[in-house]
Amino acid sequence: MRALTWTGVNETSVETVDDPTILNDQDVIVKVHLSTTCGSDLHLLGGYIPTMRSGDVLGHEFMGEIVEVGSAVRKRKVGERVVVCSFVACGRCWYCTHELYSLCDNGNPNPALTETLWGSPIGGCFAYSHALGGYAGSHAEYIRVPYGDHGAFPVPDGVSDEAALFASDAAPTGWTGADLAGITPGDTVAVWGAGGVGQMAARAAMLLGAEQVVVIDQLPERLDQVRQHVGAEILDFAQDDVLAELKERTGGRGPDVCIEAVGMEADGTGAQHLYDQVKQQLRLQNDRPTALREAIYACRKGGSVFSLGVFGGLVDKFPLGAVMNKGLTLRGAQQHGHRYIPMILDRIAAGELHTEHLATHVLPLEQGPEGYEMFKSKDDGCVRAVFRPGT
Amino acid sequence: MAGRLAGAGAGVGVAAVATAAAAVVGRRHRLRPDEGAGSPQESRSRWQAVTILAQPQDVLGADDTPPFFDGLRDTVEVEARPAPADKGTELRARLREPASSEDDAAEAAKEIRVALRRAKQVIEAGEVLRVDPTPHGERKATPTGAVVDEATDRADEEGLL
Repeated sequence: MRALTWTGVNETSVETVDDPTILNDQDVIVKVHLSTTCGSDLHLLGGYIPTMRSGDVLGHEFMGEIVEVGSAVRKRKVGERVVVCSFVACGRCWYCTHELYSLCDNGNPNPALTETLWGSPIGGCFAYSHALGGYAGSHAEYIRVPYGDHGAFPVPDGVSDEAALFASDAAPTGWTGADLAGITPGDTVAVWGAGGVGQMAARAAMLLGAEQVVVIDQLPERLDQVRQHVGAEILDFAQDDVLAELKERTGGRGPDVCIEAVGMEADGTGAQHLYDQVKQQLRLQNDRPTALREAIYACRKGGSVFSLGVFGGLVDKFPLGAVMNKGLTLRGAQQHGHRYIPMILDRIAAGELHTEHLATHVLPLEQGPEGYEMFKSKDDGCVRAVFRPGT
Repeated sequence: MAGRLAGAGAGVGVAAVATAAAAVVGRRHRLRPDEGAGSPQESRSRWQAVTILAQPQDVLGADDTPPFFDGLRDTVEVEARPAPADKGTELRARLREPASSEDDAAEAAKEIRVALRRAKQVIEAGEVLRVDPTPHGERKATPTGAVVDEATDRADEEGLL
């Protein structure tokens, strides 16, 4: 089959690779209809996640059709149109039974790497390096899905492929942040990042009852999408004084909940951003926490800050004093998608959640390298480059 | 620790688990009353443990030997005890006799780690998850690639467990 692979720092290629096979009895094989780039892929492309191997097939956010099932698969059937959660979870360990699916004890066949790095292993994720399992990704014609009964979700008839695609990762990741941040009706919520995850977090915040939601970014096309498809307020951090604006819009308090949906390659302005860039390039810190710092400063006393963007290791100049003295609750997570995907598909079908607009560029898989280049450089207003294998 | 065992409002099911587990632990304690942890150089190696969401009798099996521990019965002792609250059963294992060298201790720790992890997967999820062979493109021979290959080849033997 044809697949898009990572071949080195900022290099990708479309190659012919072996077809996936059933390796475990609970596996299903999915013929990929659509597979999207994700902002977190850029950390892999740029070499910020050191456990990649040249030749790894990229892509973790996808949907398609089941073409083969293992002998122990009970619920899923050949021919079903499904969206697959990007995280691999068994559905039966203590974490899964407590709906903390990305923390699954049995989803990562390479537990030592994250156990050593973070103290405990987390679940597996498609194509997110060998630290998260070494699974082949979805930028390919076919993909093997472990624990198919638990991770593949049938797509309702009224939901298009393009809309269902983002129920794989962007929408449930956003929902994870909004839900676990503890939003209550009437809250003011600020979201850093107007990419797919940030937009979905903002929409989830609104659907969970937030009275005022403000999304912060600098890319006009993304802020336009927020206005048009999410219905939230916007701030352009390249032009606006974000902290002053948030104070003004909240009567001097600051947002009740601040969600950081940017991650380790945050952009910013001024000396702080330059400092973070230099330290990251010199590998004196792994991650640039510019947006997370701002979220912590902006949050009201006693509020909640959620770290939803992907971080890998260590950051510098972390404002722990603000966290402690302002009495903040700081929480983070990868997506617990199995918990939210059925509900998200229902909301998409009901017209409450719009996702199709995120797919600004739909390309044949053979144009994968160009798609990633466009996505990385944000050319032509690219929010997400989506690949359609087999075309 | 507050809430440990079946206390602090735990339900009937957890109480039953705790009762069954207590019987198992009691039996084990008669065999091995000295329960302290230690380094491989001491008379006892440190316990290595996983917590499995299952009842103790399902963890130990009918012959008191969890899955993947058949080949370790002569050298490794195992024990199952209730985990706090609703977390299931702690399956613990350590060498019966001191290791003869640090290398032997390290090798034994790897074997125990693999057995514990696989036992947990089979009991909870019904299978040991595989990842190879996985589709991939051309693998370049690079120093970092060699490190990743080495790390993943041994990924179920290593770690903090």
